Amino acid sequence: MFFPPNPSSGVPVYRQLVDQVRHAVETGALRPGEQLPGTRKVAEDLVMNPNTVAKAYQELEHQGVIEMRKGLGAFIALHGRKGGDLVQKAQPVLRGAMDRMVEIGLSEEQMRRLFESEVIRLRQEPPKGNHDQ
Amino acid sequence: MTSELAIETHELRKSFGAKEAVRGLTLAVPRGSICGFLGGNGAGKTTTLKMLMGMTRVGGGEGRALGLRIADPTLSTEIRRRTGFVSEDKLFPWSITVGELLSFTRAFYPRWRPDVAERYLHTFQLPLGASAGRLSKGMRSRLALLLALARGAELLLLDEPTEGLDPSMIEETLKALVALVAEQETTVFFASHQLAHVEQIADRVCIIDRGRAVLSDSLDELKASYRRVRLVFDEEPPEGAFAGARRDGRTLSLLAARNVDEVVARAKAMSARSVDVQPVTLKDIFLESAKGA
Repeated sequence: MFFPPNPSSGVPVYRQLVDQVRHAVETGALRPGEQLPGTRKVAEDLVMNPNTVAKAYQELEHQGVIEMRKGLGAFIALHGRKGGDLVQKAQPVLRGAMDRMVEIGLSEEQMRRLFESEVIRLRQEPPKGNHDQ
Repeated sequence: MTSELAIETHELRKSFGAKEAVRGLTLAVPRGSICGFLGGNGAGKTTTLKMLMGMTRVGGGEGRALGLRIADPTLSTEIRRRTGFVSEDKLFPWSITVGELLSFTRAFYPRWRPDVAERYLHTFQLPLGASAGRLSKGMRSRLALLLALARGAELLLLDEPTEGLDPSMIEETLKALVALVAEQETTVFFASHQLAHVEQIADRVCIIDRGRAVLSDSLDELKASYRRVRLVFDEEPPEGAFAGARRDGRTLSLLAARNVDEVVARAKAMSARSVDVQPVTLKDIFLESAKGA
């Protein structure tokens, strides 16, 4: 279900779990109504802190991605947030760019750094002519 | 309030002769958390653990374990009954076998979990008939951990629990700690030099340097608030423009905590050629905080 987070990536581990679930929902790998494993099971399977898993689930619930049903556990929300279509549309763009970067000879770590610094740049200098939704 | 915290110290002190091992340590570890206790050699980790266990007399200040005052000798039996301790040396008598040691220990703890003992005898590959004192260092570590896990303790104080273990046993040990916290809401406070192990299972860290806590926070909080900022200028930047920055020609590198935006804005105002902001690892934070003061 989950793949192990990278504890030394610098991105808080609970955020990595949140991103995994959101991504799975956005790409359709997880469908509305599907059940997530319990937090204890996730913690033991991935050998990570149970409180961190619980925090990720709380955050996902807060964001409306999952619903906690009393005594049953966590489920992907039936009326999840929109954005899945946009992400699916954008995925080939990034994939193309990443294929090019691999050709150029960038390592995974270099790609990640480049992406992170571009995200920060975007926050500080939004592209001109960008029409905000 | 106190009952929410498994460990609480305020200005805790301990000297050995002229040497101050712990010099005013203040920390709080919530129940149900796994807290990594980090610090260089001689930073005061072992002394702190021994004071919490009532094995070393408190020199000054206040401390509570499971809400019980550690300076009160009448409470130390109670603390030891409810707390599992794995010391750094992990020594066992030569004259008794692993099996005998288990039956002996079990008699002292009403909450002893035979199922847990059975499970970890198997997982940790411990031979029941072998002399406990003659086991290899790695096996003694595993045996000490098994004894701590099986006694149904509410609090585990561990001094370098993964020391001397091979990678697969390290993973089994981390797994055992995670399972314990997930299933029984035990609190784990472990001293370690292995930042990667701490990063993998801890939700909190406490960094101690020369007997004082320099940092005590949730790991996620630390990672969210710290950034490594690298600034490149066209000319050498003025001395002391950014406090604590490391200078390398036209490049400044610094660890920013909670003031990343301010640092970036100031760098822009000084017409920095490039501003590079990157997330940090626990290692970055550890190295930075250990060099301070």
